[in-house]
Amino acid sequence: MNMMAETTLEPKQAQAMNEPVYKMIGNKVSVFYGTKQALFEVSLPVREKTVTALIGPSGCGKSTFLRSLNRMNDTIDNCRVTGQITLDGQDIYDPSIDVVELRARVGMVFQKPNPFPKSIYENVAYGPKIHGLARNKADLDQIVETSLIKAGLWNEVKDRLHEAGTGLSGGQQQRLCIARAVAVSPEVILMDEPCSALDPIATAKVEELIHELRSNFTIVIVTHSMQQAARVSQRTAMFHLGNLVEENDTDKIFTNPDESRTQDYIMGRFG
Amino acid sequence: MKTPLILLILALMAIGAYVAGRARSHALSRTSKVKTHSRPAYHSAYVALAGLLPAVLVLIVWSIASPIYIDRTVRATLPSDLRIDQASEALNYGTVSIVARGVEQLTEAEIAAAQAGTVKWPELLVSKAVPVAADVRPEIIQAALKRTAMDAASHKAMAAVCIVVAALGAFLGYRRLAPSFRARNHIEKLMLVTLALCSTIAILTTVGIVVSMLSEATRFFAMVPMHEFFFGTVWDPRFAAAGAGGEGGQFGLIPLLAGTLYIAFFAMLCAVPVGLLSAIYMAEYASPRVRNLAKPALELLAGIPTIVYGFFALVTVGPFLRDISAELNGLVTGNYTNFIQAQSVLTAGIVMGIMLIPFVSSLSDDIITQVPRALRDGSLGLGATRSETIKRVILPAALPGIVSALLLTASRAVGETMIVVLAAGVAARLSPNPFEPMTTVTVKIVNQLTGDLEFTSPQTLVAFALGITLFAITLALNIYALYIVRKYREQYE
Ligand SMILES: Nc1ncnc2c1ncn2[C@@H]1O[C@H](COP(=O)(O)OP(=O)(O)OP(=O)(O)O)[C@@H](O)[C@H]1O
Ligand SMILES: [Mg+2]
Repeated sequence: MNMMAETTLEPKQAQAMNEPVYKMIGNKVSVFYGTKQALFEVSLPVREKTVTALIGPSGCGKSTFLRSLNRMNDTIDNCRVTGQITLDGQDIYDPSIDVVELRARVGMVFQKPNPFPKSIYENVAYGPKIHGLARNKADLDQIVETSLIKAGLWNEVKDRLHEAGTGLSGGQQQRLCIARAVAVSPEVILMDEPCSALDPIATAKVEELIHELRSNFTIVIVTHSMQQAARVSQRTAMFHLGNLVEENDTDKIFTNPDESRTQDYIMGRFG
Repeated sequence: MKTPLILLILALMAIGAYVAGRARSHALSRTSKVKTHSRPAYHSAYVALAGLLPAVLVLIVWSIASPIYIDRTVRATLPSDLRIDQASEALNYGTVSIVARGVEQLTEAEIAAAQAGTVKWPELLVSKAVPVAADVRPEIIQAALKRTAMDAASHKAMAAVCIVVAALGAFLGYRRLAPSFRARNHIEKLMLVTLALCSTIAILTTVGIVVSMLSEATRFFAMVPMHEFFFGTVWDPRFAAAGAGGEGGQFGLIPLLAGTLYIAFFAMLCAVPVGLLSAIYMAEYASPRVRNLAKPALELLAGIPTIVYGFFALVTVGPFLRDISAELNGLVTGNYTNFIQAQSVLTAGIVMGIMLIPFVSSLSDDIITQVPRALRDGSLGLGATRSETIKRVILPAALPGIVSALLLTASRAVGETMIVVLAAGVAARLSPNPFEPMTTVTVKIVNQLTGDLEFTSPQTLVAFALGITLFAITLALNIYALYIVRKYREQYE
């Protein structure tokens, strides 16, 4: 893996040399569910303010890798992670790290929209309230509004903020979940197939949204749609059977991949 | 022909119809060019049921209607001096029934001999171990004979009609069989009717219980004014002994109701926090190993008979509270007398609370684990801690279910009897002090209904008034639970 050399660079130094800045770096990450190994020494850097797409056939470990980036794997009994993952150079599996704080910095949007059974307002205000991001009601209102605007949902819901979030359509619910993640002001947003439950129009909206979010956030997205990966991401990582096959510029992956397995997968020859 | 025999014949006919229907159906599917709509099993079941159901229906209706008709007719034959009033008619008709049962055991020859006067009726009957007075009136004997004859005729007719109906039904059903015949849909409809019938029975039973309680309670309220019962503060029913000027008792509901609610309140006070928190621990924190051990252990607690909890209260908890209160009093004031009685509201509340813990925890645990994992992940993914997730997402989502579980538990607390008898005594007192004995509605119902009874005095009838009051309370609790569940559902779905 030729990335290894770059991982040692300090962010500041890298910027000075006009090199890419790495927000998170996975180094030989292996994940076990009980005795079954689902991920084999994956080393993958994630660039700052970039959309990185994870692609690969079903069951190859994309979600597993994504969940290890904010330690959501901790919530699964008998799941074990080895190797090293850093956020801004700091090991996130270090005992001194507060998981709760980590997840506030690395937010997550799930495959199925999962708004809380609360009002739209309360859904978005949930994170800020927990982390004490708002000093008063006006502050909180402001956060809710900007988050909903960022998620492209404000115009649709501004008159019904106090209705149930579960009463929205599937696409609106997913954008509500994105707004909810954005409201905590994370640095990284992880998205696990965020459009798989949505129709093409809602998908287009979410993709557009991802595009806009890139200027403020680092985004890692798992997707099964090659077109989507090509449309929204700048970097693409291809997984197969728990291994990272290759990681490169999206253009390069889709036009001229180094590995034949990537070529085969993109052409729909397996997976 | 006796009813079981008729049923057996009908069953055999149904089996025959089934076999015939099956053969026909197989023949149809072999010869027919179009695909048959239903599988043979449906065809044959249809034929069998087409015969069986109407016949059984006839059997049921006949079995209910014919005794009523026969009763009426036979009663009418009794001379008027045997039916001066309702009581005497009932008494004499009772004798007719007894004699009729004896007559059924006699042979034709014996009956003929008795009719001819060679044998005396009473002697003949007594020899068959039927208790009949020697001076029994001949009209009663004749009525009994008539009744026996009518019974026999009715049974014969019933058997004939049932068998004809069964044969006819099966034949018609058989004729309808065709490749396009939708036997499957007919069977489906039948299933629906059966299911609906069963739930109707459940509902009707409830209605029946309520109606019978209400009618008895009305009789009570005819003797004791309603306001004295509902607002009376003294419970002193005196003795239920027959004719002992029983009306003198006082039937104030308030002390019993207060005791019921007071004890239930303490029970819930013990059970809800412990039960709910242990449910949260089981559902959210416990490792699978602990859970698999602790959950059955807790549920075992639910299987202990309440009388055993009663012993526990009487022998352990009550004396313990009494002694510790004496110690406490002594330490503080120097006066070593106990301020908690061995039998007290507190004792009953605590022990009943222990009994209710498994209900609360088991029901709540099921409800909490049903909250979708996605909600949990969503909250944890935003950087919430486990307890924040529980407090802000899981409990609110599970709240309607938990509340209805708690109200269900509360209605158990209100209805509990054995623990109260042993732990809080049977003295109906009205006192705000939870350290003294009190008693509950159910205990007093048991009290009023034990011993020699006569369901005419207010002392016994009051039990029905108490019962209906208790029923109203639990019903109100359940309706309130439903209301809460609805309200939250509307809010969140
Ligand atoms: N909770 C779990 N317990 C045990 N094994 C798991 C668990 N979650 C995932 N796995 C296993 O780990 C492997 C990788 O799963 P993962 O969910 O990461 O795949 P994926 O690439 O996201 O697939 P998909 O595209 O279908 O979502 C699979 O073989 C899966 O069976
Ligand atoms: Mg996945």
